[in-house]
Amino acid sequence: MFKTVLVPNEVPVSAGNSKTPVEKQTLSKQNVKIIDGNQAAALGAKLSRVQVIAAYPITPQTPVTEGLSEFVESGELNAEYVAVESEHSAMAVCTSASMVGARTFTATSAHGLAYMHEMLHWAAGARLPVVMACVNRAIGAPWNILNDQQDSISQRDTGWIQLYARNNQEILDSIIQAYRIAEQVYVPVMVCYDGYLLSHAEMPVSVPTQDEVDAFLPAYKPHTVLDPADIRNYNLVTLANPRNNAEGVLCHGYMEIRQLLQEALEKSLKVILQTGRDYGTIYGRSYGNYFWVDGVKSAETVIVAMGSLAMEALVAAEMLRKEGQDAGVLGIRVFRPFPREALARILKNAKHIIVFDKDISYGNEGAVCSELKAALYGTGAKAVVRNFIVGLGGRDVKARELAAAVKKSVKSGSTPQSHPEWLSRI
Amino acid sequence: MNNPIIEIRWHGRGGQGAVTAARIIAQAAYLKGYRGVTAAPSFGAERRGVPVSASTRISREPIKILSQVVEPDVVVVLDHTLLAYDEVTEGLKPGGWLIVNSSRLPQDIGFNGRFSTATTDATSICRELGLMLAGLTLVNIAILGAFIRVTGLVDVESVTRVLKGRFSGNDLEMNLTAIKRTFDITRVNDEG
Repeated sequence: MFKTVLVPNEVPVSAGNSKTPVEKQTLSKQNVKIIDGNQAAALGAKLSRVQVIAAYPITPQTPVTEGLSEFVESGELNAEYVAVESEHSAMAVCTSASMVGARTFTATSAHGLAYMHEMLHWAAGARLPVVMACVNRAIGAPWNILNDQQDSISQRDTGWIQLYARNNQEILDSIIQAYRIAEQVYVPVMVCYDGYLLSHAEMPVSVPTQDEVDAFLPAYKPHTVLDPADIRNYNLVTLANPRNNAEGVLCHGYMEIRQLLQEALEKSLKVILQTGRDYGTIYGRSYGNYFWVDGVKSAETVIVAMGSLAMEALVAAEMLRKEGQDAGVLGIRVFRPFPREALARILKNAKHIIVFDKDISYGNEGAVCSELKAALYGTGAKAVVRNFIVGLGGRDVKARELAAAVKKSVKSGSTPQSHPEWLSRI
Repeated sequence: MNNPIIEIRWHGRGGQGAVTAARIIAQAAYLKGYRGVTAAPSFGAERRGVPVSASTRISREPIKILSQVVEPDVVVVLDHTLLAYDEVTEGLKPGGWLIVNSSRLPQDIGFNGRFSTATTDATSICRELGLMLAGLTLVNIAILGAFIRVTGLVDVESVTRVLKGRFSGNDLEMNLTAIKRTFDITRVNDEG
């Protein structure tokens, strides 16, 4: 009757494509939901059986708090939901609840995260395995509610592990993994994902069953629990040098405790890798590295980005390949601890590295670019590293703009870049 | 149109449910076997009554592109008064489809020759069925009948399956009836 005009290119399901039947079988077994990033985060926390949630709503994180409070209200999630008056208090509740042995969760964005800043240091310094979702949003001034990664990058040095998700599947998966990582190394974990681009965009997400998550993530068993029946102190005033406590036991000074935090983050690299590999046993999704790559090993030109921006970069790389330009993509998933050695290894043959940052360390350059350059220093890597600042405050980033920036960079050859360039679409 | 990704942009006013429509079609397309589907609002704050938009992407392969839709294959307009704004049809591909909730004929809405156009009077159907809330007709689901008929990307069955997850009882029946009626009365001018 009416012509069907809008059929996307059929992917051949020919007999020669041996992957298809297996994929189909696996897919049909999975519980796939079409959900947005915030729903994925709330589901991830629920499946992790969090016991205390304290959060304050802020755009674009709000639906995470709404979703979790509904789970608690309906009895689907057996947790205490503490409606606090600020993000500072949210993190204070999470750290306190963590000290008495609870698995805790919060979520925030932008100004909420900035307001939490002091308590982020407390959570990490006290070595509490708090997990939070940061829905990345620009920081004022000027006022803006849209996406960039300046908020979480500004918390880089608080001692938290930072994971960045590239899609909604990774948001759900990363939150579940975050608890297993945090509770092994006693370092809090921030799972970051792009506001709106992921938080408000629905896409297919395979949701594991509660049994599968329970098998992966056992109940939290803290090494120490604050309990009136067994009196202990947490976070004492600690002097510069080690000294004997009242019981005559030689205790660390402030600096030893801080050095242990650094060592914990360094050690967490192995734990993150192992956790990702173990998680892969659920449905065969692999988190076997600190970053994911597409065509990087053979490419002379490598695009580096973090979060959902790396997905757009994949489209840019496809455009470049069609034009005969060889380009790979490296999407960073683990930003803290920074996987220096693994990055240097995989990038050792690259000639051009183009780093797109949705953040900037004002007066210098994008944070991802600085970190990457530092990782390559002294390894013999010969790549020219160029930096572009993109997508601040929700500026739409198009694959063709990324591709144009890459082409421009390659043309510049080995001429060093004196300062980061701003990719602004007008 | 032989694009690997079909892009649909929805225009309505805050409260009309453009975002919900975008999501229902994404979910229905997934049920039809499209592995790549995304649905998103235009990014930013929304308020009742102001022009809002949303988008759906549909593909056989998982979707990597997350930036805003700027060159849609299909534009669906829930409120015909929005046609006064250039941004509603901005970027719509030549030969793409413009689907409008309007009592007028597709030849009479002023886009002859530029796009294939379809009109359906979803507002009247919603009034007849009493699909109203706080004085607003709930056209977002009714207009899916026109979308199904024109694009063939999803069918009544897949949309019904999605709606069963959102509605039950009388609400479900009324919305399904509305979809079937708009499907029947949709008028098409595919000389774009």
